[in-house]
Amino acid sequence: MIRGPMIDIALSCEGLVKRYGDVVAVDGVDLAIRTGECFGLLGPNGAGKTTTVEILEGVNEPDAGTVRVLGRTWSEDGRALRERIGIQLQETQLSEKLTVLETIELFRSFYAKGLEPQEVMRIVQLEEKEKAWVRKLSGGQKQRLSLAVALVGDPEILFLDEPTTGLDPQARRQVWDVIANVKARGGTVLLTTHYMEEAERLCDRIAIVDRGKVIALDTPAGLIARLGAEHVLEIETGTRPDLDRLRGLVDVHDLRIDGEIVSLTVREVHRAVPALLQELAGQSVALTRLTTHHATLEDVFVAMTGRHLREN
Amino acid sequence: MSAHPLIHLSRVKFLEFVREPEAIFWVLIFPVLLSLALGIAFRSKAPEPLAIAVLEGAGTDEARRLLAADPSLRPKVLAERDARLSLRTGKVALVVIPGDTITYWFDPARDESRVARLAADAALQRGHGRSDVRPTALREMTEKGSRYIDFLVPGLLGMNLMGTGMWGIAFSIVTARSRGLLKRLVATPMRKSHYLLGQMMGRMAFLVPEVVLLVAFAHFAFGVPVNGSILALSVVTGLGAMAFTGIGLLVSARPRTIEGVSGLMNFVMLPMWIFSGVFFSPSRFPDAMMPAIRLLPLTALNDALRAVMIDGAALPSVAPELAVVSLWGAAAFAVALRLFRWR
Repeated sequence: MIRGPMIDIALSCEGLVKRYGDVVAVDGVDLAIRTGECFGLLGPNGAGKTTTVEILEGVNEPDAGTVRVLGRTWSEDGRALRERIGIQLQETQLSEKLTVLETIELFRSFYAKGLEPQEVMRIVQLEEKEKAWVRKLSGGQKQRLSLAVALVGDPEILFLDEPTTGLDPQARRQVWDVIANVKARGGTVLLTTHYMEEAERLCDRIAIVDRGKVIALDTPAGLIARLGAEHVLEIETGTRPDLDRLRGLVDVHDLRIDGEIVSLTVREVHRAVPALLQELAGQSVALTRLTTHHATLEDVFVAMTGRHLREN
Repeated sequence: MSAHPLIHLSRVKFLEFVREPEAIFWVLIFPVLLSLALGIAFRSKAPEPLAIAVLEGAGTDEARRLLAADPSLRPKVLAERDARLSLRTGKVALVVIPGDTITYWFDPARDESRVARLAADAALQRGHGRSDVRPTALREMTEKGSRYIDFLVPGLLGMNLMGTGMWGIAFSIVTARSRGLLKRLVATPMRKSHYLLGQMMGRMAFLVPEVVLLVAFAHFAFGVPVNGSILALSVVTGLGAMAFTGIGLLVSARPRTIEGVSGLMNFVMLPMWIFSGVFFSPSRFPDAMMPAIRLLPLTALNDALRAVMIDGAALPSVAPELAVVSLWGAAAFAVALRLFRWR
């Protein structure tokens, strides 16, 4: 596709394909990320998110397709581009016997221009750990250090691959604060995640990725709106109810079975629940559990693929 | 303003090393302990008299008396059965059987057995009236530099330059590769050559304590001399360390695990421990093998170290050895750059 010069595209790719043997990890991905936005690739493990983002970062090469970063290509301007982007790879372990400050200073020395180490430590809230060895840091602190070395060159685009995987909720929120801070400074961010809450909270737009393909691309609200209804009712019952009759109930937009759980997508909880209870009573089916929640990206993913983002 | 990346990379390499207590032990302490142990085990001893036996029978007393006159012999009288056992088990070097024809019963494969025969024969012949036809004089060699410890210390130094150069490089590079750190580094604007040079420079920074500690210890504990100039010793150790750093880069160019690189490392180093004259002179191997042995980098380095430390050689006279060492280092570095795996 051809884009007019008026739309400011920081990062784009067309027709990306990457195979590993018989496995097609990336199967024709097109993306265009705008300057200043936080763009998320959301999908389950093994969906091809990391391979896609590594090709965009220029650390992996596609079998087919083109990539443009800040209007340039990796093959022609690789070194100049390295100065202008910041990267956090999944599962990089920084040297354990260096301190936080030494690590940041080392990475700072690679960039012609960038932020002062003190400034970076302030952004990622590691000032108090300046002299601590990397080995002594908690998982969340290590992850924030890894963010620090991605930020130290004052990048125009920041790539984050699963920035909070394996962290506890509190450490995750601290990383989110840092990313929100970077966004507020006007930076462009591309992040991959399999946490829908992370994507909903941080991203301006999200591409849902499954089996190497982008299956949906929109704002978080836009994606949820595609469900056609905003609430999800989940019920468990003693015996299996007549599902066709449930499907025909007032306000039920969609119905899905997931093991013992029947989940119904509805527009208005206050209308759907009384009708549901009445119907179950009529069928003489005992209700053992009923929960309701606002529809999430997880529900969008399940609706589109029949599978969950996280298998557990 | 931030310092040059090469400075940071070298500094980081050095810091990672000094923060590893095991590395400090193997590089600095272990060679000293090894030289201490071997220096004690192979210390020079005052020559002891050789134990010999005189067989019981006619003429035994006279023979024993004549032999005892030679301070290098310590004769005792034994019956035949005991004499045979003592000779076979090495408790005596020689059995003298007195008679009109004096018989020397000895083991021609043992040096001390042959020496004892010559000494005993001279003592008995003189005692029975033979006189020397020409005057002789003795002069004893007591100079430092001829003992085993003097041979050993330059060899240990060479072995240490090899081990530290190769392990110091391989361990940190393969660890960085297996932890995804190399991949992360090349995702920055860092120049790859800076990383490899930084590894070399960081290693060279602990060359000085490593050499000084072993040489100084050997000097003060055992009187091992440094007869050549400090400059010559510095150049030889510096080139040697660089060469083995290059070989270390080559060995660690591809392996992804410490186990993998360990096997490769032993495969490269083991032949040199044996052939390159660390613990004993390579001239013990057949002459046909010598040209190949001389081309090993550690052989050349050890020869140059011994020439400088013990013989007091100046740099021009060890130029061929230094050429061998440097060529190995340069070739290994060049090949390593081509093969190096960054992810």
